[in-house]
Amino acid sequence: MGILEVRDVNKSFGGLQALNNVQLNVEEGSVHAIIGPNGAGKSTFLNCLVGRLTPDTGSVTFNGGSLLGITPHEINQAGVARVFQTPEIFGDLSLLDNVIIPTFATRDGSFTLNAWKRADQDWEVREKAEHMLEDVGLIEKKDAIAGSLSRGDKRRLELAMCLVQNPKLLLLDEPTAGMSRADTNNTIDLLKRIGKRGITKIIIEHDMHVVFSLANKVSVMAQGTVIAEGLPEDIKGDPRVQEAYLGGAHL
Amino acid sequence: MITATPRNDLLLMVFFAIAILTMPIWLSPIGAAYPDLLQRFAIYGIFAIGFNLLFGLTGYLSFGHAAFLGVGSYTAVWSFKLLSMSVVPAVLFGVITSGLFAVVIGYISLRRSGIYFSILTLAFAQMSYNLAYSVLTPITNGETGLQLAQEDPRVFDNLFGTAMESGSGIPPTNLFGLEMSGYSGFYFCAVLMIIGFYISMRITRSPFGMMLKAVKSNQNRMSYTGLNTRPYTLAAFVISGMYAGLAGSLLAVTDPLAGAERMQWTASGEVVLMTILGGVGTLMGPVIGAGVIKYFENIFSAFNDDALHEIFSFLPDVLQDGVVAVVGLFVGEGWHLTLGALFVIVVVFLPGGIMEGIGRLSRVFSQKKTIEPTVKTRAQPGE
Repeated sequence: MGILEVRDVNKSFGGLQALNNVQLNVEEGSVHAIIGPNGAGKSTFLNCLVGRLTPDTGSVTFNGGSLLGITPHEINQAGVARVFQTPEIFGDLSLLDNVIIPTFATRDGSFTLNAWKRADQDWEVREKAEHMLEDVGLIEKKDAIAGSLSRGDKRRLELAMCLVQNPKLLLLDEPTAGMSRADTNNTIDLLKRIGKRGITKIIIEHDMHVVFSLANKVSVMAQGTVIAEGLPEDIKGDPRVQEAYLGGAHL
Repeated sequence: MITATPRNDLLLMVFFAIAILTMPIWLSPIGAAYPDLLQRFAIYGIFAIGFNLLFGLTGYLSFGHAAFLGVGSYTAVWSFKLLSMSVVPAVLFGVITSGLFAVVIGYISLRRSGIYFSILTLAFAQMSYNLAYSVLTPITNGETGLQLAQEDPRVFDNLFGTAMESGSGIPPTNLFGLEMSGYSGFYFCAVLMIIGFYISMRITRSPFGMMLKAVKSNQNRMSYTGLNTRPYTLAAFVISGMYAGLAGSLLAVTDPLAGAERMQWTASGEVVLMTILGGVGTLMGPVIGAGVIKYFENIFSAFNDDALHEIFSFLPDVLQDGVVAVVGLFVGEGWHLTLGALFVIVVVFLPGGIMEGIGRLSRVFSQKKTIEPTVKTRAQPGE
């Protein structure tokens, strides 16, 4: 039994079958990469996991409970956090507030009318948030407005916002897309470091360098379905994968 | 920018309380220190503070807040008629009733955001306005407006014998015997405004307030962070509706009658103007905006051509007539033109309202101080 089990998930938009009988089993504590060419349905699949989209048929079981038919905030409260392809952060707020908000969400649930205490004097929450910012190397900028950050820093901030929730499952949608080589390596180091905490991760990624430095299992998607699954080394040599993903070129 | 430490907040609070309570003194040079106007400053200040809790924090622009103002007024007058001339039940019921209205209107309107939310709230307010004029006449007394009458029951007053002797006319509204007109009325409203300001400050600094700012900033991220945006926005809407109800009931306290025009869209628009003029999302801004608008309304609308001729009497007659003709457009009936011009200037040059202007000025002054003695403060590289 994996922590996340996806069975026979189908999703179509009009005549386009975006997901076609997707099966996926993610082991607890693993780093599971999903690769595949553009339009393979990777992002659609991720959207089905976090409640942005609802699959037409199939089941998604996480930690023993179904993720279908519940709202995004309930899915998060169940322990699933997501980093987006374009960072979704609170652009008008300070970095510290950006991390404090998810900390409150994890501790106090999806709604609390906590309108009398000072947010910046809740030392438990504040310390946790500052610690997290230190972990991702953004502590010096904690009072800056998040919207003013560089793209790489925004991603790191978003990662911090997810990690501070201590999720059971972390979904990363192309965490290094559009990053310089140096930033990419920084992110890989960061993900490796947090990997030690045993958070299960699903990574969607185009950059093979990232995939092979992080993942311990790889699923290959093409045309809405998983065509191959295995250890990174096996996937590298799989002729079907090379055909679908790389158009026959060799890795 | 002054950081929001507990100490600074306390200082701001003390400064605010003193400034409000001494208004009769420091506003007298500009001719604004008469009770009627001061009461309006305080009442509309409360209205704007509450409105800002919704608009400033969550970004949801309600265009129907006057409905709650009206509900508060009607409830207060009914409380005077049925229960007692004491202002305590009037204010209490005014706040509660408008809160209940806000729950219903908010629950429905908050299913949409942006312009659709604004239109929904506007529709509800106009509906309330028209209902007050037509179907609900038994409750609202239609066009005439709801007024007190000699033969009102006033159950509690009669029960406890605090009623005036018959024949002495309609008794005044009172707070434990203290008549709520003139300066005592102002101080009552002012104290409530200071309390309202304090509550709004607590809310703004609280985790709840932080969530409201998060609603404004990124609702998507909020739900993927495990937060349910709906109850947050509804709570903000209801709280701000209750502020409006408080303001409405205070309007009835200082002048015990209620009319449907209090619910008209112009009244809803006015509080939007006050908030934007003063500075959306700032603590002090809405209060300043409310003060400026009410001041302009009272002072500029009082000018007439004769008064203008007197002011410009130093000019030669021909010139005087011309100047009076032009300036006359902006005063008296046309004071809205002044307000409009002021509003345009503020929105174009100071999008953050008067508070941004104050912030810029204070920065200019503090920079002068720091640059002059030390030459080494070079331009800092950008973020």
